[in-house]
This record gives sequence, structure tokens and C-alpha cells, in this order.
Amino acid sequence: MALRLPERVPGLPVLALVLLLVPLFLGNEFHLDIATQIALIAATVVGLNLLVGYGGQVSLGHAAFFGMGAYASAILTGTYGWTSIPALLCGALLVAVLAWTLGRPILRLKGHYLSMATLGMGIIIAIVINNEGWLTGGPDGLAVEPLTVMGAELSIFDHYSLLGLEVSGALLWYGLAALLLLLAVWIAQNLVDSPIGRALRAVHGSEVAARVVGVDTSHYKLLIFVISAVYASVMGSFYAHYTGFITPQVASFEHSIELITMVVLGGMASTYGVILGAVLLMLLPQLLTDFQDYEMMMFGLILMLTMIFMPKGLLPTLSEAVRRLRPRPASAPASGQE
Amino acid sequence: MNQSVQQTETSRDDTARPAPLLEVRGLGKAFGGVHAVDDLSFRILPGEVYAVIGPNGAGKTTLFNLITGLYQPDQGEISLKGEAVQGLPPERLARLGMSRTFQNLQICMNMTALENVMLGRHLHLKRNFLAALLRWPSLRASERTCRAQAEELIRFVGCGDYVDADAAAMPYGALKRLEIARALATQPSILLLDEPAAGLNSTETAALEQLIRKVAAGGITVVLVEHDMKLVMSISDRVLVLDYGRKLAEGTPREIRDNPDVIAAYLGG
Repeated sequence: MALRLPERVPGLPVLALVLLLVPLFLGNEFHLDIATQIALIAATVVGLNLLVGYGGQVSLGHAAFFGMGAYASAILTGTYGWTSIPALLCGALLVAVLAWTLGRPILRLKGHYLSMATLGMGIIIAIVINNEGWLTGGPDGLAVEPLTVMGAELSIFDHYSLLGLEVSGALLWYGLAALLLLLAVWIAQNLVDSPIGRALRAVHGSEVAARVVGVDTSHYKLLIFVISAVYASVMGSFYAHYTGFITPQVASFEHSIELITMVVLGGMASTYGVILGAVLLMLLPQLLTDFQDYEMMMFGLILMLTMIFMPKGLLPTLSEAVRRLRPRPASAPASGQE
Repeated sequence: MNQSVQQTETSRDDTARPAPLLEVRGLGKAFGGVHAVDDLSFRILPGEVYAVIGPNGAGKTTLFNLITGLYQPDQGEISLKGEAVQGLPPERLARLGMSRTFQNLQICMNMTALENVMLGRHLHLKRNFLAALLRWPSLRASERTCRAQAEELIRFVGCGDYVDADAAAMPYGALKRLEIARALATQPSILLLDEPAAGLNSTETAALEQLIRKVAAGGITVVLVEHDMKLVMSISDRVLVLDYGRKLAEGTPREIRDNPDVIAAYLGG
């Protein structure tokens, strides 16, 4: 019998191909820089989508997790001389513990209490980063050591020889960010396709049905919350090493709203949709540099218009439109597939 | 004083009869001032087909929701296989072998028919988190087995044509059977069906009757709430009649049919 091909089969190679081709079309280092940042943020948003799109919960403080990862890496490598990977793991562990502690009591309740709690947590963490200048550099920001893996340093200002070719550090960083994005997508799709993902989707479809077959719904909501927080932390760490300088802005409420807007615009529960959302919303400020002061207004407007006109988000709406254009054999049951 | 006398009487009863699979004692639930279920006691033996009937609003669905943990009882005890289970959430009851369907379908419309039934296998699957993240071979193998089992169940309930269909695209009658397949996927020892024949035509009802017989023949205790008297009288071993949340009568279909109280309640006497 012919099984319907799941969405995951063609998606990942296509994404890999796109990521491979992108540098060929980029005119200069500045464009490459934007592309690298987009890839890192897109990976964060893929993680956030697991929570919002599949878990049905909203986090309004995800930038705080991103910021904690970034600052943990910056502080542990800079002030304490750790190498990058242990610092990254330590940050991720810290974030996981925080998310678990916060989520455990709250996710037992029905309703959108998690958004309130994460909102409060995000604001507190942003304030701490701003005020504890001795540790975080305060509003002035903090310089971050370049990424070091097994003694080798990856800096965007250096050049490296790879397979006999001379490659710029910036291009290598782009490659790393692209790999991280692919990994983020692969892991997210594995999860969605597993019994755990099925249980989460069922909670969306019918929570009572999920419960009567034995799904402990609050346990899975908590699990997915912790995972998405760890996604943000890890990407925050890489982001800090990449940009070489971080400010409290990375952990701000505004940044949290940007991340959520990317998910909603691109399409909740659509992994490739939210990547598209990240690309569009990261490019937007570049196109509207003259209107920088109105950036938050733009995000708010986009969020509103998306919710009103295409609540499913950009990619799901588009693919539905395409499917409707292509005529199909009129609503025959799936009997032909056996 | 009076109560303790009653209790000794029931405990003396216990030794006389075979151990019930499900026992309900003095169960009560009120919404506002309305007693939806009032001081209700009965016992269901393993392997029985047990029907609960009664006029609309008699408390049948409330009773199901109390037994399956969706509602908390105000008074009374429920025991499953001798274990007190009143107040346990449905996910715990599922582990103890209880499964159910719903009067107003609870199908995950965002999933395919197959995925809905695979969801029913949840408790029997390895749910190792790392294995899921990295898609380890052991997980892939267990998913394949799960898929095969789910397909078999979908055919068992007679929905073989819809294995890969989106649940949202399936007709009502098929969804009712799909819900039974999902409940069976949990490998329950007791299955509660809430109005399984509601909205079905006579051919579909006949097919449903065959299905319930097959399920019962497989050793699963079936409890059903149903309005279709022909179906109830033909497949039930025993029938409980509820009226205003209280037990009006209990017995074999023949006893129930001849019971003057039941006739009066149904004809509004």
C-alpha cells in the first residue's frame, strides 16, 4: 500500500540547496552578514514554533532565553576564560532549568498563563542584564570572544584555507549558521513526527481525546517549552560569538515580539513557513532603514494584519491557494491509495 | 447507623458474586441544584456488554464523564479491577485499561485517520525523548510497528478505505468507527461507547452491531449509552435504566422490556 509521503521528505534537501545557493547571489560581505544573522534567528524561530505551533502555547519572553544563552557564552568565555562549547552548554542548562521551573506550575493550568509568566520573566531578565553592569556590561553591551572549537578560532575577520581554497571567516560563519539551521529543522521535524509530536498535535486537535488515550498533556507542554527555550539559548550563544558584541537589546521584550511575529506571519505549525517569516522580518528593517523609529509599529501592524487576513500564516495560506488552483479529482475518498 | 448496616449488606454481597470489573457505589454529581447523577450504584462484570439507557437528560453522559475522570464526583466511589479510581484524571485511567468514545466526536481533525489511531497506541510506545529528537533506528522500528497495528485496527472497524485520509475529510459514520479504532488501540479492558449509533443509518447501525460483537468477543467489556433500543436489546447482556440520575431498573433486556416503571418513564407516564 502506498503511504502518503510526509512533508519532511523533500523539505530538508530543498532548504539545504537554497542555503547552498544563497552565497552565490550575495553581492558583498554585508549581505552575507545579514544572511548569517537570518539563519541563526530562523533556527531560533523554528524552536519557538515547536511551542507556539505544536504546543499551542505562547511565549512572550523567548528573547530572554536567547539573551541568557548569549550572555552566558559572552561572560563565561570572556570573563572566566572557558572555551565556547562548555559555555554554550552551561547556558543551555541554565535556561532549561529556568524554563522547567517556570513552566512546571504554570502549564498545569488551562489557558494562556504561560504568555503572562514569560512576559514577566523576560522583562525581569532584561532589567537584570541592564542593571548588573559589573557582570554584563550593562546598557553599554559586552564584547564577545570569537568562537573557538577544539582550539581553532573562527573569526569573521580572518581567512582560512579549506580544501586548498582560501575562504573568508565570514563565509565559514555563514556555512556554520546554515548547518545549524538545517540541524534545527531536522531535530524539530523528528520531534513532530515522533510519538511525542503526535501527542502534542493531538492536544491541539482535541485535548480530551489525547487525555483519554493516556497522553499526559501538561507533561508534553512542559517538555516542548523547555526544548524551545534551549533552542533559543543555543542560538543566542552562537549569535553572540558571531556578532562579537551584544547589548541588552538581544534579551528585550521587543526582540521577543519580533520572534513571535515571525512565527505568526510565516505560519504556525509550519517549519518552513516560520523560516520564511524570519527571512521577511529580518529583511524588513534593512529595506526600511529610514523608518527605524517605527520598526515596532511595523511589527505590530504585520501581526495584526496577519491575524485578520491569514490566521494560518503566509506559507500555509499560499500553499492552500496553490492547491486550490490545481484541479484535483473531485473529493474522492482515499480509496484509490490502497 | 443506617448507612453502616447497608455497607455490611453490600460487603456480604461481594462474597456471593464474581468480582466486578467496574463497580460504582453511591455515586452523585450535582450541577447547581440539579442532581445529574444521584446515589447510583451498579457493578459491571468482566466480559459483559452493559448498556445504560434512559430518557434525554437522565444523566447517562454525566455518568460516563464521572467514570472516565472528566468530571469529579461529589459523592460515591468508583472502583476498577478492585482499585478505587474516583477522581483520577483520564490519562491515569487509560493506564488502568479504560478507554472511551464520545457522543460528539473527539477526533483530531488536524491529523490523518492513521495518526489518530496511532495516537491511541501512545501508552504502548517507547517515548524516549532523545530517540525522538535524533530519530534513532529503534524509534523508527517502533513507529513502523505502530503504523501497522493502527492500519490493522482501522481495517478491523471497517474504515480500510480511509487509512491515509485526513480525518477532516472523512464522513461522519466513518469517524464514529475511527474513534472506536483509536479507543481499541489503547488495548483497553473496558471500553465505554457514548451513543455509538447516533446519526448512523440502519445499514451503518447493523455494521456497528457486528463491530461491538467482535470487540466483546475479543474479551473487552463494553459499556454503552445508546438510544437505539433495537441495538441495545439485541447486543446487551444487561441494561441499566436511568431516570433523573437515579437507577430506575437493571436487568437483562427481556426483564427491562417488561418492566412497568421503564415503560412508564419512556412513555412519559
